[in-house]
Amino acid sequence: MSNEDMSEANLPSEREHAHHGAVEPVGDPFADPGLPPHEPRRQDIDERTARRSERTVALLFTLSMVATVGFIASYVIFPIGKIVYIFPFGHVSALNFALGLTLGVALFAIGAGAVHWARTLMSDEEVPDERHAIEATPEVREKVFADFRQGVKESQFGRRRLIRTTMMGALSLVPLSGIVLLRDLGPLPEKKLRTTAWRAGMRLINQNTNEPLRPEDIGVGSLTFAKPEGLSEDDENFQNVIAKAALMIVRLNPQDIKDKRELEWSHQGIVAYSKICTHVGCPISLYEQQTHHVLCPCHQSTFDLSDGGRVIFGPAGHALPQLRISVNAQGYLEALGDFEEPVGPSFWERG
Amino acid sequence: MSTASHEVNASARRGKAPAGERLADWADGRLGIYSLAKANMRKIFPDHWSFMLGEICLYSFVIIILTGVYLTLFFHPSMQEVVYNGPYVPLQGIRMSEAFASTMHISFEVRGGLLIRQIHHWAALVFVAAMLVHMMRVFFTGAFRKPREVNWVFGFLLLVLGMFTGFTGYSLPDDLLSGTGVRFMEGAILSVPIVGTYLQMFLFGGEFPGHDFVSRFYTIHILLLPGIMAALLVGHLILVFYHKHTQWAGPGRTNKNVVGMPLLPVYMAKAGGFFFLVFGVIAAVAAIATINPIWAFGPYRPDQVSTGAQPDWYMGFSEGLIRVMPGWEINFWGHTLQLGVFIPLVIFPLVLVTIAVWPFIEAWVTGDDREHHLLDRPRNRPVRTAFGAAWIAWYLILLVGGGNDLWATHFHLSINAITWTVRIGFFAIPVLTFVVTKRICLGLQHRDRDKVLHGRETGVIKRLPHGEFIEVHEPLPQDQLHTLTAHDQPKPLEFGPEVDENGVQRKLGRTSKLRAKLSRAVYGEGAQIPKPTAAEHAEITSGHGHH
Repeated sequence: MSNEDMSEANLPSEREHAHHGAVEPVGDPFADPGLPPHEPRRQDIDERTARRSERTVALLFTLSMVATVGFIASYVIFPIGKIVYIFPFGHVSALNFALGLTLGVALFAIGAGAVHWARTLMSDEEVPDERHAIEATPEVREKVFADFRQGVKESQFGRRRLIRTTMMGALSLVPLSGIVLLRDLGPLPEKKLRTTAWRAGMRLINQNTNEPLRPEDIGVGSLTFAKPEGLSEDDENFQNVIAKAALMIVRLNPQDIKDKRELEWSHQGIVAYSKICTHVGCPISLYEQQTHHVLCPCHQSTFDLSDGGRVIFGPAGHALPQLRISVNAQGYLEALGDFEEPVGPSFWERG
Repeated sequence: MSTASHEVNASARRGKAPAGERLADWADGRLGIYSLAKANMRKIFPDHWSFMLGEICLYSFVIIILTGVYLTLFFHPSMQEVVYNGPYVPLQGIRMSEAFASTMHISFEVRGGLLIRQIHHWAALVFVAAMLVHMMRVFFTGAFRKPREVNWVFGFLLLVLGMFTGFTGYSLPDDLLSGTGVRFMEGAILSVPIVGTYLQMFLFGGEFPGHDFVSRFYTIHILLLPGIMAALLVGHLILVFYHKHTQWAGPGRTNKNVVGMPLLPVYMAKAGGFFFLVFGVIAAVAAIATINPIWAFGPYRPDQVSTGAQPDWYMGFSEGLIRVMPGWEINFWGHTLQLGVFIPLVIFPLVLVTIAVWPFIEAWVTGDDREHHLLDRPRNRPVRTAFGAAWIAWYLILLVGGGNDLWATHFHLSINAITWTVRIGFFAIPVLTFVVTKRICLGLQHRDRDKVLHGRETGVIKRLPHGEFIEVHEPLPQDQLHTLTAHDQPKPLEFGPEVDENGVQRKLGRTSKLRAKLSRAVYGEGAQIPKPTAAEHAEITSGHGHH
C-alpha cells in the first residue's frame, strides 16, 4: 500500500528533480525509484543504422510482394493432381505445397516487416497513463439509483400488481411456443432402440462377397462380418440398419465354448455376435484367434466370445448380445430371430 | 454550431482540408468517432511476451472465419448418398454422403481448396490451444482479479464454445474418423438418465446416424456458435480496452497507472504485424503438415472403424475420462443406469468448471474487494499457483488416458497398466502436484527474500584476514529491490473469537468458519514467506560485517 502512495510521487514529472545524483532514498529501501530513463537505441542516434532498418523492412515487404506473385504463378502453373517428392516431406501435392509456402511467406514477411519497423524505428519510449477506478463515484451511484426509482415509480410497476403478474405470466409463457416447435426435431424413442433388422429365417450375408454364408465358409480362427439378407447399400436407410444389425461371426471349437446358452445359440461352434460395442457403439473389429477375445479399437473394451461375450477389460458395461443362428434346409446360416436384448450402448429404458 | 464555426475557421485558414480529414469530419459528425479516438488512439499498452497469447487466439479466430467462409462456398452439408467418381482413384465407386464427396471435391478438385481446409483445421487447433495457454497466463498471474472477473468468464465461455465449434466442424466431412467421434457422442447422450433417448432422437432426427446430423451440425458450426463467440469476443476486447491492460510490477509501474507504448503507432504495427505472422506460420504449416486426410479414412459407415482413432487434441481429456472409467452399469426396475459413460459425461464439464470458478472462490476466501492491475508473480501466490498446476496435471493425465492405445503401442506398455496408472493418477497426481508446486513457490519466495536482504551472489570468493572465505554479495539496485517487494501479502480473514471478553457466545456460522479456514490455507502461515521489511533490510545492510 505504502509503495503505491510513494510511487505517485515518482511519476516521471515529479521524478525529474529527485532522480539526478544517486541519492539514497531515506526511509523505505524498497521505495519505487520511478520509471528508469529511456535508453536510446542505435537507430535513435545513428541515422545510418536507422537507414539499415528501413531497408530491412522494405526488403521484407518486397519479399511479400514476390511471394504473392509466386502464389498466383503456382496457382496457374501446377496442375492440381501433380504429386512431387520433396525431402523431407515425402510425396506431396505440388500445388498445395507451393500455394501454402508462398502464402505463408507473403503473410509472414508483412508481419516481420511491421514488427521490425515497430521495434527499431518507432519510438520505444515507455510512457505512463493513469488508471481510473472502474466503479462510479458515490454521487453518480446515488443519481443512478434515484433515476431508477423515479422510473419505476412513474411506470407504476410496483403499484399495479395485476399488470405485473399478468406481464410476468405472458413473458414466461411465450417461449413455450418455441420449445413446442422443437418437438419435430425427431421421433419419440418408443421401442426403436430395442430391435434390429434380424428376423427368424433371415440368412446371414457375407459383407465382403454379398453372398449368403454356409457353415463351411467359416473356418476356425477367421472373423467374418455379416449383414441381414435383403439389405443393400443402396437402401435409403442402410446406415441406420447396419448401425444396429452388423454381425461378427467366428467359429470356435464347441468344447471351447464356456457358456451354456452360447453353445445352444451357436451352430457347430459358429457363433454370431453383435459387432456394435455395448460401451458407446463403436464397431468392434479386432479379433484375437487364440483367446477368442474381440477388442473395440475406440476405447479398448474387450469381450470374450467363448464366454457369452463377457466383458473382460475396458469400460463396456455389459456383454455383447448374441444372435441365435442355425442352418436352413438349403444349408445356409440363418437367424432364428432378432437379438434377445437391445444392441449397442446402454440407455435408460433398456432395463 | 461549434463544429460549423470550427470548419469555417479551418477552411478560412488553409483553404480546403485534405480529403482524409474531410472524410473523418464527416464520420465524426455522424458517429462521434473523435471522442472514441481521443480515448483510444494513443492508448497505452504494457509490453510482455505473455500478453501475445490472447492475440494468437484473436488472430486464429479471424483466420478460421476467413477460411471457413471460403469452405462454405464449396461444401454441401447433406447426407444424401452419392457414388464417388472424382479423381481420387481408391474411393471411386464408393458410396458416401454428399458432405464427404464435397469435402473430397474441395481437397482434390478446387485449386487451393486443400490448403484452405488445412489452414482452417490447423487454425482451429491453434485457436483452442492458444485459448487454454492464454487462460493459464491469466490464471497464474492473477489477472482475473477484480475488475476482470467478467472478462475471465467471457474467456472461459469462448474456450468451451471453441471446443464445441471445433467438434461440430470436425464432424462435418462425415468421414470414418469423425463419424466414430459422433457415434461416441451419441452413446454418451444415450447414457443420460430418463431423457437420454429423447435427446438422442431429437439431435439426430431419429436413430443414429440418420440423415440430419451433418446439416444440423453445419448450422451450429457456422452460424450459432460462431455468432455467440463473435459477440463474446467483441465484449472481451471492449473490456480489455475499458479496464486497460494489466502490467507487471516494476519501477514506475503501480496499481494506478499503466506504463507502455501507445497503440498508434507501436501496437498498431506490432499487433497488426503479429496477425500476419500467425497467419503466415499457420499457412506454412498447412502446406507441409497434412491434417485430417479424410481420403485416407474413407466415408463413415457405422459398422466400420480404424484403429488408433483419436479426437482432436482438445477433446482428448474427455476421451481419457471415458476410457479409464470402469464399466459400471446398474439395472433396476426395468431401467439401466450406465454410470460407466454417464459419470465421465458429468465430470467432463466439471473439469473445465473447476478452473473457471477459482477466481470467485479466491475472492470469497480472501475477502479481497480491491481493484488489481498489477500482476502477481506465480511464486507469490503459492496456493493459487499450486491449484493451477494441479489442474494442469489433472488435465494432462486425462490426455494420457485418452491416448492410452497410442501410449501402449508406441512405448510397448501394457494397456492395463496405463489404465490403472491413469485411474490412480486421476486422484493422486493433482494432490502431489499441488504439494510439490506449493513447496517450489515457497522456496522461490525464500530465494527472493535472501536476494533482497543479502544481495545477489556475485561468484567472487573473498578471503578475510582471519582466513575465512566468503562469497561477496552485491546489494540489489533499488529498482530490483522494489520489484521483488512490490507484492502485498494479505492476512487471512479473521472473524474474531467465538467467545468475547465478557464470556458471551458469538454465533459464527459454518460458512464463516469454513471461509476463515480456507483463508488461513491461502494466506496463513505456511502459505507464504514473510517478505523482508525495511527494518530487516536496514539491520542487515548497516552492519557491514554481515553478508
